[in-house]
Formats: sequence, C-alpha cells, structure tokens
Amino acid sequence: MPLIVFVERGGARREVPAPEGVTVMELARQHGIDGIVAQCGGACACATCHVYVAPQWLEKLEPREDMEEGMLENAWEPRANSRLSCQIHVAAALDGLEVTVPERQNLLEDDQ
Amino acid sequence: MISTILILGGGQAGAQAVDSLRREGFAGRLVLIGDEPHLPYQRPPLSKQYLAGEMTEDRLFFRHQAYYDQHRVELKLGQRATRIDAAARQVSLSNGETLAYDRLMLCTGAKSRLLTCPGAELAGVHYLRGIGDVAAMRPGLKPGGRVVIIGGGYIGLETAATARKLGCAVTVLEMADRVMNRVVASSVSEYFAHEHRTQGIKIICNTRVVRLEGTQRVERVVCADGSAYEADLLVVGVGAVPNFELAAEAGLACENGITVDEYCRTSDAAIYAAGDCTHHPSLRFEMRVRLESVDNAFEQSKTAALNLLGRPTVHDRVPWFWSDQFDNKLLIVGLSSGFDQQVLRGDPAARSFSVCYLQGGELLAVEAINHPKDYVAARKLIAARARPNLDKLADPQRSLKEAV
Repeated sequence: MPLIVFVERGGARREVPAPEGVTVMELARQHGIDGIVAQCGGACACATCHVYVAPQWLEKLEPREDMEEGMLENAWEPRANSRLSCQIHVAAALDGLEVTVPERQNLLEDDQ
Repeated sequence: MISTILILGGGQAGAQAVDSLRREGFAGRLVLIGDEPHLPYQRPPLSKQYLAGEMTEDRLFFRHQAYYDQHRVELKLGQRATRIDAAARQVSLSNGETLAYDRLMLCTGAKSRLLTCPGAELAGVHYLRGIGDVAAMRPGLKPGGRVVIIGGGYIGLETAATARKLGCAVTVLEMADRVMNRVVASSVSEYFAHEHRTQGIKIICNTRVVRLEGTQRVERVVCADGSAYEADLLVVGVGAVPNFELAAEAGLACENGITVDEYCRTSDAAIYAAGDCTHHPSLRFEMRVRLESVDNAFEQSKTAALNLLGRPTVHDRVPWFWSDQFDNKLLIVGLSSGFDQQVLRGDPAARSFSVCYLQGGELLAVEAINHPKDYVAARKLIAARARPNLDKLADPQRSLKEAV
C-alpha cells in the first residue's frame, strides 16, 4: 500500500498508509492530521484542505482543473505548489508523496 | 464543572462537535448518540458519487473507529433518544438506558418531508437522507429503468443527474413553474433545466402529484392534469423538516426548529444546539433563519462547542451552499431574501456565469455557476457589506473584486 507523508504544523512528519482511490484529504481527515479542515468533504467547494506539495511530486499529479484553480484563491497563502488535497487521488505512482499543511486554511475561517 | 457532555445526533454537526470539543481540550466523558447504525458520515455524496457507486461506504465516514477510541468518545449508534428530562439533566434512549449530562448538545438535523397524497404509504416510495436509503434505491437504478423524481430541488436534481449517468430514463416532476425555485434566480433555474434536458432528462414543471398507484408497490405517479408516469423507482425530494420534537417536549423554546441565540444556546442553560435543527439569528442578514447546509452545521457546531466550554463566541457567518449536477457546480453564498436588484454577470450559454443580488446597493448574495472566482470574491464582499459599482458588476470581463 502506498505511503503518504504529511508534514504537520510545527514540522512533525507522519507517514500514513493509503489505500488506492481515496483522496489525500480523506486520509488526513481519517487520521486526524491537524489543519486539514475539509469542510465540504471533498466537493472542491471550500478550499479548506489546502496543502503544499513537495516540488519533486508536482508533475506526477494530475494538473489542477479550473474549479480547483479558482478555489485556491480562497486559500491562505497559495503558492505554485498549492493543491486542494481532496483533488489528489492516491495511486501506486504516488507512493511517498509528501504534502505540507499550511499555517492556516481559509482566509475567512477561524483557524482550526 | 462539566464532566459529561452528550451529543444527540451523528451528522455533520454532531461529528464536528466531537472534533471541536476534544480539540478545545474537553477531557471529560463525551458521548455521541446517533439513530443510524453507522459511524458519523457526510451526507452530500449520497445523491452524487456514493449513489453512483463511485465511492465506497468507508469513504463517507468523517473518522474511523480508531479516532473515537483514541479520543475516548463513546458512540451509541443505532440508538434513538426517546426523552430529554431537562430538569434532571438526563436523556433516555430507545434501549432503556438513561444517561446523565452536565451539558447537552442537540445536533438532531432534519428529516425528509413526506408526501401526503393517496398512495404515499406504498412500498417503493423512496426518500434520500441516509446510507440506508441509498441501499434501498440501488436495485432500481439499472440502465433503462424508469426513474420518476418528485421535486426539482437540490436532492431531486442531483439524484436525477446521477440516475441518468447510470443509464436510467429519468422524469422530474416539479410543482412550481421552475426547478430550484426557492433557492436560485430564474436564469439559474433555466440553465439547470436546460442542462438536464440536454442530458435526456424529462423535466416537467407546474405539475402537481395527486396520487401514487400500484398493487404490491408503487407503479405510477398521477398528476392533477390526469397525466401519469410509470415508475420502476420513485424518489421523493420535497424538502426537509427539522427534528425538534424531543426539544419541544423537554420544554425548550422552538419555532421552525430549536430556538437558539447567537451563542448557540437554547432556552435551557445546559443545552446547546447546532445545525439543520436550529432556528438561529443571522447577524449579517439581521433575521432569524433555519439553514439546511453543511457549512452552517459545521460552523455553528464549532461555535456551540466553544460556548459550551465557557468561551463566549458569536456565530456570525455568511452561509454558503453548493450543488453538483452533471459537470456543473453551483456555488451560492449569502442569503438573497429581501433583494431589490439582480445583476447577471456573463452569459449562461458560456456555461459559466453568476447572478448577484443587492439590497439598497449592498451585495447580499451571489449564485455562481461554474465560476469559482466570483464565488470566492463574493464571500469576502458580502461579509464586508460591500456596495459594488453596478456597471462594473455587470461587466464579466472585470473580476468581481474590481467592482468595489
């Protein structure tokens, strides 16, 4: 089973085994990764599951669709390597994928 | 000293209450009572990916069992609360158990509004609210199956789109003159009706169902004009009603839901409430509302948890809603009631546009169709009570942000 690496706030690294097909957001939520709010539950409607993807993994991901692109404007400090983790589906090729949780999620939300 | 908190209800608000209470440091006994046998789960995919069979059940759960074990959360699932004794601070359960509480959080949600016409009690009349409802509907969702949906709201149209994707012959019967008439502008209704028709769905408005017919189970739907629709599967989506009977019987103030203030307090100092079941003040819109939305359940529950733990926090949010139908995403932010002006941004034919609502020049709400940027900008502008320039607002070449 692929492993996904979360870098939590404060820098702690957590490796989580990831069944193929689930999203990185779902993994984070089920394993209680701090700072992934995922209010809309994966509908690409809220931008509260924002992560920074380690640069070496970026090109292995499916590119952002328009909806995700637009939603990221709602995220806290979006960068070139920003993704909504609900849009990343775990696959064998992503074994070892490393994502970092931002300091905050949505600009309009309280920090969780 | 708060040593025991009971949460009634295992939906979005109940699950969020568990999360927020533990996150905020509550270390005492925490019990969640849910009347469904499942771990708390998210409902939005029930009419979409989960109904389509694209998503397995375990992906619906907010958390797995390990989370509840690790955070010492007692789950009493498949149990219904039968009585709240507010004076004794006790809740009775359907299994005969009685639980004492120091604080009680009511997250009882809403239930499907039921049809009342003759034949409504026939077998095979489906409502879509829980995992069990989807399981019951699945056998009827076969290619070529005739699916009739009563009600052209969110649930009806999302279910229609999913059934169509699965190859069913789908008919939607709507009583009003347009679909989603209570929640969107007529241009948005027209757009979505067109999208559904293009996909081969029959949408029939201005039609009132008068009875359901069938021998063993429902076979056809008969309308006031005499028209009849044969159905292999009948789904009813005619709205929801809040679950507040227990609260009312316990003597709590209720009106179209459980009455709470901006601190999510009910009329009993030991009882808080959050989510679809509450009738609460919207500070931004200066009125009392009852909202059926994930966003409100989530935010209100977070706020209720803080207040319950003695940290006064006001629930003051601009609500938002979404719906997915085929490849369309509808995003709504704000509440449009009381608007005196509507401005269309863009051309529906381009499959990406938005409708802005204003009152006295102030932006109240925006419906954005496949237009996340307008939605994102609108959230901020509505919260800030912005007064956009109307010419700029109507110019889709300008971003919404630039209209202020």
